[in-house]
Amino acid sequence: MSDAPRQTPAPAASRAGMKKELPERFRSYKHVWVFIEYEHGHIHPVSLELLGEGRKLADKLQVDLAGVLIGGDAAELAEAAQVCFEHGADIAYRVADPVLTHYRNEPYTKALTDLVNTYQPEIVLLGATTLGRDLAGSVATTLLTGLTADCTELAIDDERSLAATRPTFGGSLLCTIHTLNFRPQMATIRPRVMAMPLASPGRTGRIVDHALDMTEIDIITKVLQFIPDRDTQKAQLAYADVVVAGGLGLKSAENFQLVKDLAAVLGAEYGGSRPLVQKGWITADRQIGQTGKTIRPKLYIAAGISGAIQHRVGVEGADMIVAINTDAKAPIFDFAQIGIVANAVELLPVLTAAFRRRLSVHRLAS
Amino acid sequence: MHTVVCIKQVPDSAQIRVHPVHNTIMRQGVPTIINPYDLFALEAALALRDKLGGSVTVLCMGPPMAEDSLRKALTFGADRAVLLTDRYFAGSDTLATSFALSSAIARIGETFGPVDIVFTGKQTIDGDTAQVGPGIAKRLDLNQLTYVSRITDLDTETRQITVERRAEGGVQVLKTALPVLVTMLEGTNEIRRGSLADALRAARAEVTIWNAADAGITELLKCGLRGSPTVVKKVFAPTARADKAALIETDGKNGAQIADALIAAILDRNPALDADLRRLSAGF
Ligand SMILES: Cc1cc2nc3c(=O)[nH]c(=O)nc-3n(C[C@H](O)[C@H](O)[C@H](O)COP(=O)(O)OP(=O)(O)OC[C@H]3O[C@@H](n4cnc5c(N)ncnc54)[C@H](O)[C@@H]3O)c2cc1C
Ligand SMILES: Cc1cc2nc3c(=O)[nH]c(=O)nc-3n(C[C@H](O)[C@H](O)[C@H](O)COP(=O)(O)OP(=O)(O)OC[C@H]3O[C@@H](n4cnc5c(N)ncnc54)[C@H](O)[C@@H]3O)c2cc1C
Repeated sequence: MSDAPRQTPAPAASRAGMKKELPERFRSYKHVWVFIEYEHGHIHPVSLELLGEGRKLADKLQVDLAGVLIGGDAAELAEAAQVCFEHGADIAYRVADPVLTHYRNEPYTKALTDLVNTYQPEIVLLGATTLGRDLAGSVATTLLTGLTADCTELAIDDERSLAATRPTFGGSLLCTIHTLNFRPQMATIRPRVMAMPLASPGRTGRIVDHALDMTEIDIITKVLQFIPDRDTQKAQLAYADVVVAGGLGLKSAENFQLVKDLAAVLGAEYGGSRPLVQKGWITADRQIGQTGKTIRPKLYIAAGISGAIQHRVGVEGADMIVAINTDAKAPIFDFAQIGIVANAVELLPVLTAAFRRRLSVHRLAS
Repeated sequence: MHTVVCIKQVPDSAQIRVHPVHNTIMRQGVPTIINPYDLFALEAALALRDKLGGSVTVLCMGPPMAEDSLRKALTFGADRAVLLTDRYFAGSDTLATSFALSSAIARIGETFGPVDIVFTGKQTIDGDTAQVGPGIAKRLDLNQLTYVSRITDLDTETRQITVERRAEGGVQVLKTALPVLVTMLEGTNEIRRGSLADALRAARAEVTIWNAADAGITELLKCGLRGSPTVVKKVFAPTARADKAALIETDGKNGAQIADALIAAILDRNPALDADLRRLSAGF
């Protein structure tokens, strides 16, 4: 209901027609910022993608592009700053303090909020990752400004406002959102949507240091442990690059082994549609779809899955969907990029063998 | 242990249609459900209550008909339900939503006893911003635990809670102090069926209905459209992909040839996958 008027044409139109009247206190807000997700010695790729996109926005606005680096070690962050400069940043704001070694909401929220209040950017972009969304929601609420979630397209309109476009209703709708009368304009952006910019080796910039002004005693939440995914046997569907899944079309639990075999050869994760969980062919953590996992792999192979809407919303973010189904009219062929009308029980083992041949040839060659 | 579970009533996504001319969302006649992600939060709260005692309050901000969703939550075993409904809330973005919900949670604490944990789902299936949870945490100054897959320990004496939290590339084990806000990850539990006794109780139960004033909200400028910094300028349907899936020709080919043709088609579309597959198949 809270968003009900957004759906009826009249109020939505009157709101959409609202003029920008930026209050005096926000007029000094300038420049585009990208929060750089730096953890365990690595910059998350989405941060570099955002520097590429942020560069375009900054050029259009004729302002600077800055990367915000928050972490435990100043020297490490200086190296990360250099990577940011090479990917388009003019400035790197650095908050280095031992309490920032691991991501925690409280000190990171303080660091980013303080930076914004001190240096007053007009746009702040973060990756729509678990970290970026955890942080952005807190920072925007502290600043009492607007935050657009999980965007897939950014632009600057004629009034110098950020027009942020995002899918909603699981991708069946798109909407363009503005933050008219508040600054900064904040948005989280979906990973792997913006192109990775080319690095310009040797490009330099300026590091600006800022103190956190907080000690470990001030922080209630403690990080006891970090368990990297590679150390666990659990399904990592949401983060897998390649996923192979099966549906009821496989006919039996025994045949589901064919999905696992292909996944094993590809180094992929495997999963399935909801009925397979209900039948006990797979565990609940491998269910893909609206009430299971949302996946965003580079390649998704679906065998014997009809492509019901609740399944579709969980897989639509895949870069490429390959569907194997006996029914040429199955809905999955409406959103798959590559389809094959075939009996999956027969095709899967042959496909597994073909991939194995191909990949082992490569391995011998390299 | 008193927990509040925030649930949103959402349209069943399967049935959502966009008006072909106005490009607006057509909700008339669309069945509504409890946001599926919120059931994981509700089950986590019910399980804690069963183990540690106390009560579970479900809270929903929505139109009067959202009472249905709250009643449904009662059939699963929630102890009481609060519906926050007022025309002042119409058009809320996440900042205004978290303002209204956090005010109501504060009032729930005053009315029904102090709140130890506020649960929300990871996100909704309609707005799907995942921003309301962090917004509530900040406004109520609760320690924030998002994307929680498991509560591993909860010590009611020391009021310390330990959870596993989904992070990028791994799981973070966090320990913090109550009161907290937890956003539950999907697929972490399965909602119970609810007993017959709960169903009978739910049918008779009173849902507490609060307007803005009842929830102690006096700053109406922070509510609804006026309290929302974001403005939806445009809603539109994605350009339908005219092209259906490119079908691999199978006629006159044997299995191996079909498989090779499929692999060729995949790599033709995205040549960079070749390197990815080699890396992954080698176990990296
Ligand atoms: C609230 C709600 C939430 C839901 N959440 C989810 C969810 O998260 N995930 C999910 O997946 N579903 C979910 N569902 C269920 C969903 O609506 C579908 O029922 C389900 O996805 C169908 O699974 P399926 O494609 O495996 O089976 P079916 O729809 O039965 O499809 C089987 C397909 O296999 C094909 N086939 C048959 N034999 C062969 C063969 N030999 N080789 C190749 N193909 C063959 C058939 O042509 C058919 O297309 C949800 C439903 C509801 C109401
Ligand atoms: C097309 C569209 C796009 C939108 N995009 C944005 C945007 O980018 N930024 C923005 O600020 N607003 C946006 N909104 C507005 C937003 O949907 C509403 O503010 C909504 O009230 C809450 O946000 P959500 O549905 O995203 O909830 P989420 O933040 O995804 O919900 C997280 C959890 O909070 C709880 N919760 C959420 N709403 C309620 C409720 N009403 N009652 C009880 N518990 C609740 C649930 O436990 C839920 O699982 C958009 C709305 C529409 C229609």
